[in-house]
Amino acid sequence: MRNKKRDSIPAALEAVQDGHTVFFGGFGTGGVPIALIKGLTEKKLSGLTIVSNNAGAGHNTIATLLQSGAVKKVICTFPYSRGSVIFNDLYHSGKIELELVPQGTLAERMRAGGSGLGGFLTPTGLGTEIAEGKPHIDVDGKTYVLEKALRADIALIKAHNVDPRGNLTYRLAARNFNPVMAMAAEHTIAQASAEVPLGEIDPETVHTPGVYVDAYVIDKGEYGE
Amino acid sequence: MKSIPLPTERLLSRDSIAKRLAADLQPDWVVNLGIGMPTLTTKYVKAEQDIVFHSENGIIGMGPPPPADRQDDDLRDAGKNFCTLIPGAALVHHADSFSLARGGRLDCAILGAFQVAANGDLANWRLPGDPTGNIGGAMDIATGAKEVFAMMTHVNKNGESKLTEKLTYPATALSCVTRVFTDMAVISVTEDGYLLEETAPGISAEEVQFHTDAKLKVAANLRDIAA
Repeated sequence: MRNKKRDSIPAALEAVQDGHTVFFGGFGTGGVPIALIKGLTEKKLSGLTIVSNNAGAGHNTIATLLQSGAVKKVICTFPYSRGSVIFNDLYHSGKIELELVPQGTLAERMRAGGSGLGGFLTPTGLGTEIAEGKPHIDVDGKTYVLEKALRADIALIKAHNVDPRGNLTYRLAARNFNPVMAMAAEHTIAQASAEVPLGEIDPETVHTPGVYVDAYVIDKGEYGE
Repeated sequence: MKSIPLPTERLLSRDSIAKRLAADLQPDWVVNLGIGMPTLTTKYVKAEQDIVFHSENGIIGMGPPPPADRQDDDLRDAGKNFCTLIPGAALVHHADSFSLARGGRLDCAILGAFQVAANGDLANWRLPGDPTGNIGGAMDIATGAKEVFAMMTHVNKNGESKLTEKLTYPATALSCVTRVFTDMAVISVTEDGYLLEETAPGISAEEVQFHTDAKLKVAANLRDIAA
């Protein structure tokens, strides 16, 4: 069995390089891989494209990464959370690009990307700015917008339990984007709260099968938000 | 038409709008709440309505806010406020959560609005002059829900009507809003445009019409919004 366990955050992040597209799991405070994002900031990379629901708030983990200058583009659904001052400054001074995507479309683009599909047809965005310039396709008398699949070089995700095969479970609403991101990246790195022995996670309750996980690290809590 | 001032002292409070809207939620409905004013609705839903609240981040069966000692960072609503789970709740990932919305399982979405047009077009993600805006889940939810209830003040901070003949702000979704609940009135969106059905106590149909940038038809049984 391939050893996926890494002993430190820097070791877990070894595969991340300049110019990569990186998914960040999480929604609000749930399921955000804070230790991995802090480690990414310390790695001092450049030219990253990050994909996340939000674009950071105040001086939190994502905001600090943006401030470090490592990110050239943000793909997200909701850039202006309360006090997202750092994104705001970078965007208005032309130092960062933004691709705004409806939340359901963002999640489904990842599911398509992780499923070997080129894209999907959605009614979301019809007649709005979001659909401008995208192919419109009629199926059985209804019009849909073609949205392309979205994949990343790296997914950084946050899980609750992990076993040595990389099987993951999530806690409560911390699941959010993490499972579809894990499926749609070339290399998925999980930060888990606890490691359990092989066989301890009931196969019927695995949320993300270990086949989607390339490396994992146990977050011992030295990185709090 | 002579100018009619906004009847500020007779406008409904946010809570009163929420209370009126909650009465329209049918038993066993699956309901999505937008962030801000729509979340007040949960305070006025009765237990016998047995509403299943959906939160876009994967919660089917969201319960009220917890006491301070039971808050959990892994359990927050779409507006990032702490929430709970009702007995029989289910949790799904983001793609499945939006499949529920687009797939026709949402009976109703209660959304805030910058503008609603007389044909039900909704604008709530970007104001003119804002270079980016915020979409979040609004486009998918407004597109997918069977009923979209817009909950808002009747006029904006500049005194301009939020109910218009056509949108002048960027659209969120077309022909989706079915009913509008404001601090002045309850108005349905029909095939013939707006139908004024209820007014806040002490506010006349004439006053509502003056502060609405679209022609209102007035229901034969026009009545006061129940306090």
